[in-house]
Amino acid sequence: MILNSKIPEGPVSQKWNNHKFSMKLVNPANKRKYDIIVVGSGLAGGSAAATLAELGYNVKAFSYHESPRRAHSIAAQGGINAAKNYPNDGDSIYRLFYDTVKGGDYRAREANVYRLAEVSNNIIDQCVAQGVPFAREYGGLLDNRSFGGAQVSRTFYARGQTGQQLLLGVYSALVRQMNTGKVQFFPRHDMLDIVKVDGKARGVVTRNLETGEITSHSAHAVILATGGYGNVFFLSTNAMASNVTASWRAHKQGACFANPCFTQIHPTCIPVSSDHQSKLTLMSESLRNDGRVWVPKKAGDDRNPNNIPDEERDYYLERLYPSFGNLVPRDVASRRAKEMCDKGHGVGPTKLAVYLDFADVIHRNGKDWVSEKYGNLFDMYRQITGENPYETPMKIYPAVHYTMGGLWVDYNLMSTVPGLHVLGEANFSDHGANRLGASALMQGLADGYFIIPYTIGDYLAQGGLKEVRTSDDTFQHAERLVKESLEKMLAIKGSKTVDDIHKELGKVMWEYVGMARNKEGLEKALELIPKLKDDFWKNVLIPGGINEYNPELEKASRLADFLELGELMARDALHREESCGGHFREEFQTEENEAKRNDEDFTYAAAWEYNGGDGNPLLHKEELKFDEVSLTTRSYK
Amino acid sequence: MRIIVQAWRQYDRNSEGNFESYPVDNVSEDMSFFEMLDMLNNQLLKDGKDPISFDHDCREGICGTCGIMINGRAHGPLKGVTTCQLHMRSFKDGDTLVIEPWRARAFPVIRDLVVDRSGFDRVMEAGGYVSVSTGGVPDANVIPILKDDADSAFDAAACIGCGACVAACKNSSAMLFVGAKVSQYALLPQGQVERKSRVKNMVGQMDVEGFGNCTNTSACEVECPKEISVENIARLNREFVKASF
Amino acid sequence: MTWLLQFFQSSIGKKILMAVTGLLLAFFLIAHLAGNLMLFGGPEMFNNYVLSLTNLKPLVRIAEALLTLIFLGHVFSGIRVTLENKKAKPQSYQVAPRSATSNFYSRTMAVSGSIVFIFLVFHLQTFWWSFQKMHGNDADFYEVVVHSPIGFNNPLVAVFYILALILLALHLRHGFQSAFQTFGLADSRYKGIVEKTAVLFWLIIPLGFISIPLYFGFIK
Repeated sequence: MILNSKIPEGPVSQKWNNHKFSMKLVNPANKRKYDIIVVGSGLAGGSAAATLAELGYNVKAFSYHESPRRAHSIAAQGGINAAKNYPNDGDSIYRLFYDTVKGGDYRAREANVYRLAEVSNNIIDQCVAQGVPFAREYGGLLDNRSFGGAQVSRTFYARGQTGQQLLLGVYSALVRQMNTGKVQFFPRHDMLDIVKVDGKARGVVTRNLETGEITSHSAHAVILATGGYGNVFFLSTNAMASNVTASWRAHKQGACFANPCFTQIHPTCIPVSSDHQSKLTLMSESLRNDGRVWVPKKAGDDRNPNNIPDEERDYYLERLYPSFGNLVPRDVASRRAKEMCDKGHGVGPTKLAVYLDFADVIHRNGKDWVSEKYGNLFDMYRQITGENPYETPMKIYPAVHYTMGGLWVDYNLMSTVPGLHVLGEANFSDHGANRLGASALMQGLADGYFIIPYTIGDYLAQGGLKEVRTSDDTFQHAERLVKESLEKMLAIKGSKTVDDIHKELGKVMWEYVGMARNKEGLEKALELIPKLKDDFWKNVLIPGGINEYNPELEKASRLADFLELGELMARDALHREESCGGHFREEFQTEENEAKRNDEDFTYAAAWEYNGGDGNPLLHKEELKFDEVSLTTRSYK
Repeated sequence: MRIIVQAWRQYDRNSEGNFESYPVDNVSEDMSFFEMLDMLNNQLLKDGKDPISFDHDCREGICGTCGIMINGRAHGPLKGVTTCQLHMRSFKDGDTLVIEPWRARAFPVIRDLVVDRSGFDRVMEAGGYVSVSTGGVPDANVIPILKDDADSAFDAAACIGCGACVAACKNSSAMLFVGAKVSQYALLPQGQVERKSRVKNMVGQMDVEGFGNCTNTSACEVECPKEISVENIARLNREFVKASF
Repeated sequence: MTWLLQFFQSSIGKKILMAVTGLLLAFFLIAHLAGNLMLFGGPEMFNNYVLSLTNLKPLVRIAEALLTLIFLGHVFSGIRVTLENKKAKPQSYQVAPRSATSNFYSRTMAVSGSIVFIFLVFHLQTFWWSFQKMHGNDADFYEVVVHSPIGFNNPLVAVFYILALILLALHLRHGFQSAFQTFGLADSRYKGIVEKTAVLFWLIIPLGFISIPLYFGFIK
């Protein structure tokens, strides 16, 4: 297999424009002859489905949720970046592009990132036109705030619920098309396989989660916008149902999986409290705008934080990174927190936490000001921990949050399976080895509103797609395979619940493939994960049957894929003998404990091709060329 | 601590349901309510019984998927909190928690505590949008919006569509849900063009779905996890009258 | 006209109908109370007042017909809304600590309304009907209201009236403000004035009515 990224010719600022002109178009009258399947209804999938329907295509949209509005995009708190330069502080498309490439530690594709920065402004316009209630200033114009990894204020926000408001905007566009009948929405439908005809993606197999019915659906092209795979760690800030199944099944059908080891650990999450913990809760990174991170200077100091005088506190981010201070990128902030805790400076009952302190800003601007800005986050914190952050500093610790890796796509967002397009977090995307805050929402909406509507037309206009029906053997066969796999799982009737095994996998992943990795640990993971996989296929206990509402079966089927993915992540992390962004290999660090890249050998995206699942995936490399941004060691000092 | 869970069990839409009681031991107060249910379910599974089904997803109070009636209170006893954010420190050793699904004709039970809220989506389909297609919209700062209006619109837009309003209402009325969406657009310049048709269509669909009539008891406001005000219902009434005459 | 019909078929239209008829009935109470208070002025004053109304019979009849229409509109609409609402919640909760989320008088409008309705039938059947049968300048309406077996001197009648009026007060306690919420005039600008006016209707007017059976039944 040869990876062809199909990056257009020309200077980076002209590539997208040139490409838009050179792409083939589907004539308006012909659009209604094409069916497109969109799996996932979050920012990327929902915006794609709505926009394609507006253009005239027939869209079938699938979600395992009961409603498109439940997609996990809704949980994004902080904001969305755009290069509007409204605050007049020196922002530009080029700067957003530059910051994103740099923030991604030079493992992203320049052309894609530039395009992302280019369309970022259109996204804000679009959302405002939909009635998204962004924060405004007294003059009535839009307000901005700053975020990690940037020295300009370019983040648009809607209190601490930006993801919610953007998703509801997408949802409104989607229901409008559902109302016209151009989008047929299938709620509570889990996509369990894609169907290929003549090597091209032509449909999906789904299971109706309420009735258990397994059916297939055909189309001329398939779009996956099914989010990230952070739940491979069991504990993450992802929603409970977030999973890799759609991506993984596509991977098994020939779509390369790129950079699976690039995982983002978010620095500001509420620490784990006990073994029963089911998920972790993020406190928006925007808190770092006004909160100060510190640990006691003396290791093991367990005084009440309010009794520790200023000179006995180590504001380590401000000390280590004077120019970015508390606003260093997420990977840096996370790793430093871990380092402080490893050295014994951690706080709280588990000693796996650092303080995020608002005393200064409360003193400076008053409690009301803080509450206006962060009230909902403070309430949430108090709800979960039972502590009042207006009075005692918050305790935070890093947690798995986002996965930069995903299915490999070319410039047109098409995977290595022709006709199979991948959007949003599900693709390996534009964030390289680390995503900057407020960029996930930007990317999801850019892909769905402004990129795929163009590029999918180019694919469809090339023709060569014969008529297919779900009664064809290919579809029937695919349905049968899905059914057999579920029956096999159900028949095991072992002694371990899905959660038991998932927790074990999570522990292995966090321990060996987590925030800091090393060769020994990764090899250990590669030993342990296949054992867990065996355990699953021998001992899993799933109640009930296929043809009924069966949440345990859903979870089991997702865990089966996580078990395979976990292995690939470890393998990818092991092969990448460098540290970059979210991938930190302990063997490769500078004297100051910063990530040490190896540009000589690893300036590529690692795209893994499935090869029977016996631990021998094939590695394909997409060399990354940096014509615009010169590769330097990231410095936030 | 020890908690007695008395849960509604119902196999599917067409079957009769009943309550069953389960003791849960070793509940710690740091656990969330759902983590307590997770623990119970894990035990039920090992005992060869069917786990209790309930809807949940983000577990951070924003997706609107969860919703359980706990001792007669939508999302439990706390104010401004979804079920997933409720922690066991709100209860004490020996408490019995009667947990029931949202009850409303418009929200049929799918399994145990899981209900079908697709009626909300259909109400939204009827008009919960501004008819702008992607592209061709003006610059975001072309129309200034009074900060107060933007803030009020946001307060209304904070609705997570969980259905607690319908569940808590003795009439299963969806006025708070519909009022919140109608208000959001009525307050913003972008919503003006379709202001009249929107409210008429959404109310029309709301009635078709079989939600009850509002009698202004305000139970919805009390139980709304996002504390959305019944002022939005007043605004909905006003908008509807204005649009009709 | 179909649009108007459609309007009143909608859930909000039905509420508006309840609110408008309810408010009109509440305003009627002011006139009614003004007349009743003349009882305190003694037999002559009261009898003259009733006689003066009798002299305006055609107008009074029209007013009565309108009032009946409004009243029936309120009752039928109320019954309809209540039945629909019962249907919308086919199964109630096992545990229902309703006072935690709403006031009992707001939940019991159908009950308080129904009892007030029964009271009204009794009230019309006794006083109103008796008045209709009385003619001439020497008719003693005061006697009927105060001293006859159906009058307030009978403690049972007085107690019945007082209880019914308390229920009416509760009905108005919710009803008056609710009407303004239904009209959409309940945002922060109007809330204060509506709440203050409401006191007149749910507290002062019912107290005025209650003062009569209380005085003639137990004090005088």
